Amino acid sequence: MKTSLYANLQNKIIIITLVVALAPLIILGTTMYYQFSQTCRDKIEEQIRYRSMAQAEAVDLFLKERTAILGAMAASHSLNEMIDEKNISRVFEVMNLWAGAFVDLGVIDSAGHHLAYVGPYDLKGLNYYQQPWFAEVMSKGTYISDVYMGYRQLPHFIIAVRRQQGQSSWVLRATVDPDIFGGIVRSAQIGKTGDAYLIRRDGVFQTSPRFDGRILGQSNLDTRLFGGRTTVIEQENAAGRKILYSGSWLRNDKWLLVISQDPADQMSGLFAARNVEIVIIVFGILAIILATIFTTYLTVRRLRQADLRMNELNAELIQTDKLAAIGKMAAGVAHEINNPLAVILQKTGWMEDLLFEEDFRDSKNLKEYKESIEIIEEYVERARKVVHSMLGYARKMEPHLEDVDINGIVNQTIDMLENYARINNIDIQTDLDKDIPIIAGDEAQLQQVFMNLISNAIDAIGKNGLVQVKSRRKDTQITISIIDDGPGIPRDQQKKVFDPFFTTKRAGSGTGLGLWVTYDIVKGMGGTIILKSEMEKGTTFMVNLPIIIPEKK
Amino acid sequence: MDYFRVLIVDDEKPFVDTLVNRFNKRNIDTAGVLSGEEALELMKEKLFDVVILDIKMPGGMDGIETLREIKRVQPLSEVILLTGHGSVETSIEGMKLGAFDYILKPVKLEDLLVKMAEAFEKKDAHDQKIRSAKIKELIRFPGRVLDQEKEEK
Repeated sequence: MKTSLYANLQNKIIIITLVVALAPLIILGTTMYYQFSQTCRDKIEEQIRYRSMAQAEAVDLFLKERTAILGAMAASHSLNEMIDEKNISRVFEVMNLWAGAFVDLGVIDSAGHHLAYVGPYDLKGLNYYQQPWFAEVMSKGTYISDVYMGYRQLPHFIIAVRRQQGQSSWVLRATVDPDIFGGIVRSAQIGKTGDAYLIRRDGVFQTSPRFDGRILGQSNLDTRLFGGRTTVIEQENAAGRKILYSGSWLRNDKWLLVISQDPADQMSGLFAARNVEIVIIVFGILAIILATIFTTYLTVRRLRQADLRMNELNAELIQTDKLAAIGKMAAGVAHEINNPLAVILQKTGWMEDLLFEEDFRDSKNLKEYKESIEIIEEYVERARKVVHSMLGYARKMEPHLEDVDINGIVNQTIDMLENYARINNIDIQTDLDKDIPIIAGDEAQLQQVFMNLISNAIDAIGKNGLVQVKSRRKDTQITISIIDDGPGIPRDQQKKVFDPFFTTKRAGSGTGLGLWVTYDIVKGMGGTIILKSEMEKGTTFMVNLPIIIPEKK
Repeated sequence: MDYFRVLIVDDEKPFVDTLVNRFNKRNIDTAGVLSGEEALELMKEKLFDVVILDIKMPGGMDGIETLREIKRVQPLSEVILLTGHGSVETSIEGMKLGAFDYILKPVKLEDLLVKMAEAFEKKDAHDQKIRSAKIKELIRFPGRVLDQEKEEK
């Protein structure tokens, strides 16, 4: 019952301490991790946004340069000059020398006839009049096509510019090398999972992506998600991973430059930090749990010990209180009994006196009367003795201080009891410390103490045994032990032996007041009596007296 | 001196009566009263050599108060205190106030007689001293003592 109470308390303390200690730790850990990963993500998003913008600028610039050189060539040559095979070849060389990335170059008149051509394919003589781009370049002046297969069955795109010459106009058209163009776009790829490509508004790839498709294939991105100039979105890819996509529209508004990135790829630093954090928190939690359990165990054990001590102390206090109350009661009872006894004694005395008068002297029962009176007197005397010892006759006396030699008193007392012990074949041995000083005390009271304890020891043994009396000095205390090898005192009786009227002796042979008076005397001298008893082994009474040095006279 | 006068003061009537009877039977001039007030009343009229006084009497004057008054009325009489319980402290206080001794109840008549004899001896010795002092005084200044005696009357 009591044990479970402490176990309960211990569990409660442990649980409360752990909750209070661990909750903030875990909350702090998660919050920090969340904040840190958010910051990290923001940074990655910012980076990818910036890269897509920069790359879009670069692609725009590339197209603008190509368009510009084409326009410059068209402006600086007439149609007649341009259709000359030698001239167009030279122009093509100059263009590739200063700008590069052109695959071929052709001149088309306003009717759509391909008049001149430099390049690897035989396209001269084809008519482009029906092609949609031709109409557009004729109306707008410049034109950049989407990537398409065309006559040559290879993905490519063209740039065309119109030259107005007098009333008529013609078109200079060049094909851009898809490998070089694709290379420029792809240069924005980074990491193991990064990708960069162009898609059309309808989602068709305009350059080869690294993953998830091929040129002129259909991308799974919905371009409507990308508004404004640059937009970052997160979307799951085919493999089910969350991927960040940043798309920037080029100036022509037809092409979207997309840079994709798996954030996990860039967050390895974060994960490392997270792992370190988890390890620290786990070790922290372990340390807290162990420390909590250990300290709680210690605390509860202390508490338990303190409780035990307190209980003992309380028991002692109750005992002292009880004895004090009994003492007060005894004084009252003594008065009430002694007065009647006094009257009885005087009355019997009076009867005794009268027995010697003549009338009675002749009575044949005179002897009987006298005997009865004597027995009454004897029993009054016995009652008187009980009441007087109950009052602790000695204890009520003001202890009268004199120089006392403890060993001397012990020896004297033993001398008095020697005969009694010898009759019962009990040996009394002494082991007295010569170092014991003369102290201030009451010799008569001390003699009563030793008398009670040693005669009790003899009575406890009964016949055949050994009583040892030891005296020792320790610091400011003298300890006198009276050890018998009698049957011992049962545990349940050990607490009662100092109670008045508690006796195990035959009725009439002990008043049950000896140890009570002894206890009071020792207490009055500022000492203590300790009882140790083991069944079948014997009993030890230890009297501890403080050393009070007598005043010098 | 074989003849002396004794007063017994105790609230227990049978005790007082019996004791008075027993003392009188032994030719000791004894009177008994049941309270301190009665004792003082009687002592104003009659001289006693020894007073046996119970310390604890319920109601009215207690033993110690009575003792104080007795010592005022008849400073030369000796008082033996009787105590029914172990209030030795009170007995000691009584002795400081001039009581001769104390004795615990119940007491055997023989023991009481011994104490009384001792008390009387002391008182007698004291009286002797006073007498011899008076005699010396009378021899040296006969007139003064006679004048004093007159004044006292």
